[in-house]
Amino acid sequence: MTLVLALAVGVLYATGTYLVLQRKLTRIIIGLAMMAHGANLLLLLAGGGAGTPVFVGEALPADFSDPLPQALALTAIVITFGVTAFLLALSFRSWLLRHDDDVEDDLEDRRLARRKPLEAEQK
Amino acid sequence: MNLLLPMPVILPLLGAAVLLALHPRSRVSRVISVVVTFATLVASIVLLARAADSGVLSADLGGWPAPVGITLVVDVFSGLMLVISTAMVLAVLVYAIGNPRTDDEAEFFHPVYLTLAAGLSACFITADLFNLFVAFEVMLTSSYVLMTLGGNKAQVRAGMTYVVISLLSSLLFITAIGLIYAATGTVNLADLAVRLQEVSPGLRTALGTLLLLVFGIKAAIFPLFFWLPDSYPTAPTAVTAIFAGLLTKVGVYAIIRTQTLLFPSDGPSPLLLTLAALTMFVGVLGPMAQNEVKRILSFHIVSQNGYMIFGLGLFTVAGLAAGIFFIIHQVVVKTVLFLVGGLLEDSTGTSALHKMGGIMHVSPALAVLFAVPALSLAGLPPFSGFVAKLGLVQAGVEAGSFLVVGVSLFVSLLTLFSMTKIWSGVFWGKIQPEDLENRPKDEHLVTSPLMTGATAALAVLSLAIGFAAGPLFELSTQAANQLMDPSGYFEAVLGP
Repeated sequence: MTLVLALAVGVLYATGTYLVLQRKLTRIIIGLAMMAHGANLLLLLAGGGAGTPVFVGEALPADFSDPLPQALALTAIVITFGVTAFLLALSFRSWLLRHDDDVEDDLEDRRLARRKPLEAEQK
Repeated sequence: MNLLLPMPVILPLLGAAVLLALHPRSRVSRVISVVVTFATLVASIVLLARAADSGVLSADLGGWPAPVGITLVVDVFSGLMLVISTAMVLAVLVYAIGNPRTDDEAEFFHPVYLTLAAGLSACFITADLFNLFVAFEVMLTSSYVLMTLGGNKAQVRAGMTYVVISLLSSLLFITAIGLIYAATGTVNLADLAVRLQEVSPGLRTALGTLLLLVFGIKAAIFPLFFWLPDSYPTAPTAVTAIFAGLLTKVGVYAIIRTQTLLFPSDGPSPLLLTLAALTMFVGVLGPMAQNEVKRILSFHIVSQNGYMIFGLGLFTVAGLAAGIFFIIHQVVVKTVLFLVGGLLEDSTGTSALHKMGGIMHVSPALAVLFAVPALSLAGLPPFSGFVAKLGLVQAGVEAGSFLVVGVSLFVSLLTLFSMTKIWSGVFWGKIQPEDLENRPKDEHLVTSPLMTGATAALAVLSLAIGFAAGPLFELSTQAANQLMDPSGYFEAVLGP
C-alpha cells in the first residue's frame, strides 16, 4: 500500500514539474496544485503506516496512527488551497487585462537585452 | 509561561482584525495601525533587552512542553531581528500614511500590512520548523496581496512570477519538512538538532541542502535570485521598501538559524562561501546594465545578501557577529534607499535615470537623503556599511578565506560605481524633467512632511548605527555566541 502511495507522490511531483514549466498560466496553476497534492501525500506518508484512530482508551497508544503529520497536512492543504485560489483570481485578472493566457515577458528585461533602443533614447 | 513572547505576533494580528471591521480609508484605521505597530516595537525592545540580560527566553503555547507543544523562543539574534524589522514596519507605515496615493493604489493596505508584520515577527520567534513554514506563508500571502493590490497590468504580471516562485519554494519547504519528519520524527528545531546527529551523514547533507535550497529562493541567493529584480519594482513604493528591507532577510535569518542549529560545521563551509561569493558578484553585475532606480537597487539586494551568507559561511563567532551586524545595517539602508527612490519617482514622475537630472538643485534635502545610505551601502567610512564590512573582512582574514574577502572588497567598489551612476544620472546635470522647477507646489509630493520625515528618521538611524557601532556590535557578538554554542537554546526549549 505504501509503495503505491509513494509512487503516487512521485507521479504527482513529476507531472507537476512538467506543467509548471509550460508557458500557459492555467497549466502552471494546475501543475502547482498537483505538486501541492504530492507534498501533502508525502507529509501523510512521513507518519508511517496506518494505525487505529487516536482515541484514548480504545486502543493501545502504540497502535495509534501518528496524528502530527495529519495535522501538518491539514494545515498545508488549507494554505495551498488559499494560495491557489488567489493565483486563480490573479490569472483571471490577467485574462481580463490582456485576453491572453501566456506568461508575459518582462519588457524592461527584453529592452535591456536588445540594448539598442536604450542608447537611442539617450540621444 | 512568558506572556510577552507571543505579543509581536498577536498585537498586529488583532490590529488587522479590528481594521477589517473599519472603513479602510478612515483616519481611525491609520491611528490604530500606527499605535499597534508602536506597541509591537515596544514589546520587541523589551524582549531583546530581556534576552540580552538573562539568556534565551522561551514559552510553551497552551502549556504543552516541547517537543510536543508549540514553542516560541527569543534569543539575542531573534530579538535583534524583531526590533529592527518592527522599526522598519513602523517607519514605512508612517511613509505610506504620508503618501496621499496609498489609499488609491492599495485600498486595504493597513490590515494586510499588519498581517505581514505579524508574519515577519512569527518567523523570528518560532522554534519549530513547521511553524516557520506557517509564518512564512502568513508573511508571503500578505505580500502577494500587497504587491498586486493596485491590480494594474505590470503588477499582475510581476505578481504572477512572484507568487508562482514563492509557492514553488513553499511546496519544496513542505517536502523538506515531510522528509525531515520521516527521518527524525520531530519538527521542533532543538529536538531536531539532537536527533539529526543520529541520522546517517549522507541523508543529513541531503536534508540540509534541501532546506538551503528552500531558504535560498526566499533569500534570493545565487543562483535562485532571478525572480527578485523582476517583481519587486512594480509594487507601490512603501510595499517595495518593506519587501526590499525585510522579506529576503527573513530567508537569510532562516538559513543562519537552521545551518547553525541543525547542520553545524566545524570550519568554514566551502559550499556557503562559494554561494556567498557568487551571490555578491553576480548580484552586483546586474545593475550595470539597468536604467531604473528601483531595478538597480533591487539587484543590490541580491548582492548584499551575499555578504550575510559570507558571514555565516565562516562559521566563527567573529564572522557570524559581523554577518548579523551587516543584516541590521542592510535592513535600514535598503529601506531608506527604496523610500528615497519612491520620493524621486513621485516628484519627477519617472524612475528612469536618463529622464531625470539636476534634482540636487531642486531639492538638496533629497540628495542628502540619498547620499547617506548610498555611501553606507558601498561601505565608506564613517557610515554603518564600513563597520559591517570591516568586521566581515577581519573575520574572513582570520579564517583564511582570502578569495572571498577579495571578492567582497571588489564588489564594494562596483557597488560604489553603481551608486555614483544613480548620483550622476539623477542629482547632477541639467534639471530634468524640464518643468520640474516651475511646477505648482502641490505636485511636489516630496513636501509631504510624513514621507520625508520617515525617510529622514531612517537615514539618521543608519548614521547612528555607524557612529554607535560599539554597543550594537557587542549585541551581535552575543547573538553569534549563542548561535555557535546553542546549549542555552536547548536548555530553554527542552529543559535542563
